[in-house]
Amino acid sequence: MNFSRRSFLKSTGLGFLALGLPPSFLVRAAGAEQNARGKALVVVFQRGGMDGLNVVIPFKDQAYYALRPTIAVKEPATGEERAIDLDGYFALHPALMPLKPIYDKGQLAIVHAAGSPDNSRSHFDSQDYIELGTPGIKSTPDGWLNRYLSEKPVPGSPFRGVAVSPQMPRTLAGSAPALSMSSIEEFRLRNAAMASVLENLYTNSADPLFRQGGKSLFDAMAKLRAIESKLPPSTGSYPMGRLGNGLKQIARLIKAEVGLEVAFTEIESWDTHVAEGGATGQLANRLKELGEALAAFHQDLGDHLEDVVVVTMSEFGRTARENGNRGTDHGHANVMFVLGSSVRGGKVYGRWPGLAPEVLYEGRDLNLTTDYRAVCGEVLTRHLGQRDLSKIFPGFRTRGSLGLVA
Amino acid sequence: MTTSLSPDQKTIHFLNRTSFGATPNTVQRVNRIGIRAYLDEQLEPEKIADDLAEAKTAGLKTMRLNPGQLFELYPPPKIAKEQAAMGAQMQQAPRLIIYELQQARLLRAVHSERQLYELMVDFWNNHFNIFAAKGADRWLTTSYDRDTIRPHALGKFRDLLLATAQSPAMLFYLDNWLSVSPNGAFTRMPANARRRGLNENYGRELMELHTLGVDGGYTQQDVREVARCFTGWTLVRPRGDAEFHFEPRLHDPGEKIVLGRRINGGGMEDGRQVIDLLADHPSTAKFIASKLARRFVADDPPAAIVNRAADAFRRSEGDIRTVLRTIIDSPEFLSPDVYRAKVKKPLEFAASALRITGADTKVTPQLVRYLGRMGEPLFLAQPPTGYPDTGSSWISPDMLLTRMNFAADLVGNRLDGARVTAEGLRDTQALIRLIAPDSLSPATRQALAQTDQKDAPALLLAAPEFQRR
Repeated sequence: MNFSRRSFLKSTGLGFLALGLPPSFLVRAAGAEQNARGKALVVVFQRGGMDGLNVVIPFKDQAYYALRPTIAVKEPATGEERAIDLDGYFALHPALMPLKPIYDKGQLAIVHAAGSPDNSRSHFDSQDYIELGTPGIKSTPDGWLNRYLSEKPVPGSPFRGVAVSPQMPRTLAGSAPALSMSSIEEFRLRNAAMASVLENLYTNSADPLFRQGGKSLFDAMAKLRAIESKLPPSTGSYPMGRLGNGLKQIARLIKAEVGLEVAFTEIESWDTHVAEGGATGQLANRLKELGEALAAFHQDLGDHLEDVVVVTMSEFGRTARENGNRGTDHGHANVMFVLGSSVRGGKVYGRWPGLAPEVLYEGRDLNLTTDYRAVCGEVLTRHLGQRDLSKIFPGFRTRGSLGLVA
Repeated sequence: MTTSLSPDQKTIHFLNRTSFGATPNTVQRVNRIGIRAYLDEQLEPEKIADDLAEAKTAGLKTMRLNPGQLFELYPPPKIAKEQAAMGAQMQQAPRLIIYELQQARLLRAVHSERQLYELMVDFWNNHFNIFAAKGADRWLTTSYDRDTIRPHALGKFRDLLLATAQSPAMLFYLDNWLSVSPNGAFTRMPANARRRGLNENYGRELMELHTLGVDGGYTQQDVREVARCFTGWTLVRPRGDAEFHFEPRLHDPGEKIVLGRRINGGGMEDGRQVIDLLADHPSTAKFIASKLARRFVADDPPAAIVNRAADAFRRSEGDIRTVLRTIIDSPEFLSPDVYRAKVKKPLEFAASALRITGADTKVTPQLVRYLGRMGEPLFLAQPPTGYPDTGSSWISPDMLLTRMNFAADLVGNRLDGARVTAEGLRDTQALIRLIAPDSLSPATRQALAQTDQKDAPALLLAAPEFQRR
């Protein structure tokens, strides 16, 4: 006997008919795949701890230049290697020039002194806390993006949650099916003759880990092949590197309207302990890649931009004071970007705590005035329409709205 | 659930946990001399001849060179260009050094007779992870693997810890070579403008990742104090003939309290005292015991085995052999609950596939890239945590797909760098006995019945059973 999983599904459907159950949910599930334009959240994780103080520069804060004698970015003025003025108090790092037009259009909002309230300065704990959505609690079994998917009862597309990253990030790990991949083209089985046997083997396996993993894999491959012909080419000029590729793949899925709701991608190497640089150098190079990738994504999406909000985050900011190696060590609050046409951009959000020694967090770092969960929560409610956040960010209560999303 | 494993299952389980995969030869030997005697042999690798692995790696000339020679032969692109402009022959890129390290790691995993030793070398490299592509580490990682990790992989933990603390590769990776006393008045300080303060990176990871564990009971203040103790632990000639060097002028001579203990060695002794303090700390015993139990037993190992291993660690003053013996001798080690409980990480999967098929391997870029796609580019884990050791980390759809493609390419002889013979694959039943004796799942059985004889080995290597050990 040679039965495929699909014929099994069909026969199950017939079984439901025989039992007198309406087959409507099957019809609806099939329909959902064909017309799946919807809202999406894209999370960009900057691994390593970005130095937010040199990304959105508080050039009017008296303490900034004193704290950073060799790595400070000069205040806005004409001439080269100057920060780009945003509002007379904050300025954008010059390497982020590609984002300035988007900010001016009101489609990029900045939240300063934001991040995770936990005081861990371990990369790994802090990334976990942010990705799990439970700062200070490591035992949380699933990530907050995955819990968002779990909140919706109707199973839909295998592309509801997609990470374009080398490994499934913790924030998308959990009971709701999610997918990680490095590219659409290479996502296929090379020995096609074995595909259906392997699919049966995995989906009927008694090993739950591999049954689930196999199910996600074969579902996704089938759907990808089905939509491949209508996948639009990308139109943005993305920079080389992991982030550019990640955003490019995500844009294609969004434009193909395959039912993507949350996407994740990442950019590494923000851990600038040594020779961080100022207007140019190590950090500037990372920012160039970040700015170009986000701007390319913004352009590539075209009118799909209204469906999408991008949020950037990093595990922690860095010490307010530069260290002995012209770098910065692990710190606390950071800066976040929120990008999309439904975003109320062109503004730097968040209360500025200042950089005077007596107001620094633990005497050394930028204090936190906005919890990253307030930012993400607002995107979930206002953009994705998720009313109840109590399961996604358990134990977290917002104090009013930031007004980030229209 | 049966109450105990069959003798065949015990042999396979033992070999899959203490080697990079069972082979007909190793099964035969375990069956002849018994698990205990086999383990004794494996714990004394210096007495095991290893001709094949040595022959396989003999052509990798960078493996024998020191950092200075490597820097000269494989200079950074900028210097190489300058030399070429002056008429010198264009040198090869430092990338080749990492590539040879990756080749050697995989070749030894596949071909070495000292399987447990090679597995522990991999374990410690990952525990004391460095990122081979970070700056000067491109020329320092070869020596790190050869001169820092390998001599101590089955020795005393304290020796290994001290060796890593003094290795140019670690000093560079975690920036300690740049960390100097924040209070010193260095009138005679070397004129290096970059060296002007404390860097906490090593102090933090030393406690969080190398010894106590993140819940091991230290504070931010301890991180700072440890960093102060290690000021002056630096290196000379990072890009060249790099060596550990203690520089008293960079050292913070002030009072330091670490974990409630006054450190008063003075000079370089401060750092040594911290190493001793951490190596002897009960949290370290527990943390190392947990990590080893996770490697050898289960993702969430039974508390009894962790406690026993931690106890053995303390009583033996961190003797790695003793701890391993304790874990493997524990009754829980052969319990049906942990049979095939571990998911192979990519290196283990690829090496075991090459071993079980008896493939003639000469590792090529394609083979090495496969490991990257599965999530484990060797020597290139960027964060100090190294790679995770939990099953769910390795089975994303993309990684699973890559494993299936690897199995098909290997068996179909489409894998550049590995040749399998029809003979090695003919006997499906023999493969099953090596993978899942008396324990092949109904789903896999059914899949085999639907598969062409020639595709059967690929199916077995792609099946869930072979993803576990």
